[in-house]
Amino acid sequence: MSSSMYAHIRSNPRFAELVARRTRFAVTLSAIVLVIFYGFVMMVAFAPDLVATRLFEGSNLTVGIALGLLQFVLFWVLTLIYVRRANGEFDDLNKEIVNAAWRSEQ
Amino acid sequence: MTIRALSTRLAAALALAAAPLAALAGPAVEATTKQPLNLHAIGMFFVFVLLTLGITYWAASRTKSTADFYTAGGGITGFQNGLAIAGDYMSAATLLGLTAMMYMQGVDAYIYMLSFFVGWPIILFLMAERLRNLGKFTFADITSYRLNQGKVRTMAAVSSLVVVCFYLVAQMVGAGQLIKLLFGLDYTVALFVVGALMMVYVTFGGMVATTWVQIIKACMLLIGGTTVAVLGFSQFGFSFEELTNRAMEIHRLGVNLLAPGSLLADPVTAISLGLGLMFGTAGLPHILMRFFTVTDAKEARKSVLFASGIVAYFFNVIAIMGLCAILIVGTNPQFFEGGEVGGKVIGGGNMIAMHLAQAVGGNLLLGFLSAVAFATILAVVAGLALAGASAISHDIYSRVIMKGTASEKTELRVSKFATIGLGVVAVLLGMAFEKMNIAFMVALAFGVAASANFPVLILSMYWKDLTTRGALAGGYFGLFSAVALVVLSKSVWVDVLGNAAPIFPYTQPALFSMPLAFLAAILVSLLDKSAEAQRERQAFGDQYVRAQTGVGAASAAAH
Repeated sequence: MSSSMYAHIRSNPRFAELVARRTRFAVTLSAIVLVIFYGFVMMVAFAPDLVATRLFEGSNLTVGIALGLLQFVLFWVLTLIYVRRANGEFDDLNKEIVNAAWRSEQ
Repeated sequence: MTIRALSTRLAAALALAAAPLAALAGPAVEATTKQPLNLHAIGMFFVFVLLTLGITYWAASRTKSTADFYTAGGGITGFQNGLAIAGDYMSAATLLGLTAMMYMQGVDAYIYMLSFFVGWPIILFLMAERLRNLGKFTFADITSYRLNQGKVRTMAAVSSLVVVCFYLVAQMVGAGQLIKLLFGLDYTVALFVVGALMMVYVTFGGMVATTWVQIIKACMLLIGGTTVAVLGFSQFGFSFEELTNRAMEIHRLGVNLLAPGSLLADPVTAISLGLGLMFGTAGLPHILMRFFTVTDAKEARKSVLFASGIVAYFFNVIAIMGLCAILIVGTNPQFFEGGEVGGKVIGGGNMIAMHLAQAVGGNLLLGFLSAVAFATILAVVAGLALAGASAISHDIYSRVIMKGTASEKTELRVSKFATIGLGVVAVLLGMAFEKMNIAFMVALAFGVAASANFPVLILSMYWKDLTTRGALAGGYFGLFSAVALVVLSKSVWVDVLGNAAPIFPYTQPALFSMPLAFLAAILVSLLDKSAEAQRERQAFGDQYVRAQTGVGAASAAAH
């Protein structure tokens, strides 16, 4: 791949926009996962009693089990959201940028 | 509980789950005695072998170029690759070790499984698409993209081979012990069967066959696990309340079965354990290689979506299996030595899942699950051998020794010889280590993956100022510090070398060696004022565009 092609893409303001939007999105989602997961780990370490509390009177569903299950589901949903946006919106923008670079290359 | 005791326990737990078969290879295995021939299991395993050999025969006709061999020509779909990644991730230890952990520890095991799962979203958000856009066959392609090919590739190939070899030996020893137990075959016979089949799959069928072996095995694992869990759960009317109420009545932990215990009690260790697992996974060569088998970044993202969904589902299945086993296996004298309930479980703790299968589905289901466990070892071993062979043939032979002048045909031949070589080494080391506690090998594999591979990989993708000297410093520093810390830890210093007390108190080195590797890579890069370093920093611009857009990325071969 010629360096001028890369230079074309780099100088396209849409490229900066794509990178900024995708990076912001990925960093936000990563932060959500890390904060929730390590928050939960801290809770297990510092407040085991809270983790063992029953969610309802007379039920065996504890805060820990519910939060665990919730995280399995939530983190998977976040990957789904990321894949949908990256494979749709971001990829369309990406294609547009690459095509523009091809045209100016010729 | 002292920190020492805690760390030992954590390390044992880590080895149990992280490590395909470490648990089987570790203390739990010592009880392994040869069982009577399990004909159902052997029959079903035979069917699996015939099926996969058929696929290998078909794949052989499609494996002509190096791209076919290393990456199945890039023609695997996101869904297929998702199954294959999940297959590589869910080893026999996941099925056996984690079920046993749930049976013993209750909800602690659930929290533990969550830490295993949580690496996947992070790999997707930060790594998957860049890996696919920058790499071709091995992850060394990425680290050497704008750095000195010869030096950086050698470093990456060496650390890949270290990871692959230690992992491979751990698998082989575990395989031998497990098969002795489940199939009633001799340890050595088991090693030869695993070694020979692995060589056949990889040398003839390359990545196409390896991927399909992995996919079939993943499906078998899902079907087998789900069947056992549903049959078990149905005995309690699919009522979580009923199951847990009765389990708490008879379990030695009582009501604490549902309360977090000591497993993750120390926040520092808990956090570093999570970090180690997360980044160890992100540095395993056979997992990283899977991102090059798909057409483009789009399919790479989809494969993580499918893989993480399957892994999350399966962990919940295992949780149910473990809880059901407390009542179904834990109260049945048939599964305890001497018929003494609460005593020693026949075959050791790792047999809980198998006993549960027999209790709910008879010999047929036991046979099926045993065949699944064997298939799992075979599939993981094939994936490892392929990753090792590509490090030798693509990175060391073709790029470093021949400097890119080798023909595809020669490179392909070298990779096949490398596979056979790895197979022979794996069988020989498997024999040599039969009687040894090899749990440390898995700590080493994860430690080296997290400390030598991951920091250099992530810095080369994200940090413009990384230079060749910095990458080498980080990579070798991570590699040697990880190995040194394991040698000084209890698992080698005391258990293998026979000293009285370990010099390094933990068994998992990543938490200390990983920051050291980052620090070394960053400091050396910043201090590097050479002209070469300047050129490398400037080349980041083009690499960055390619990583973001995929322009110039290796495309799928036409089939």
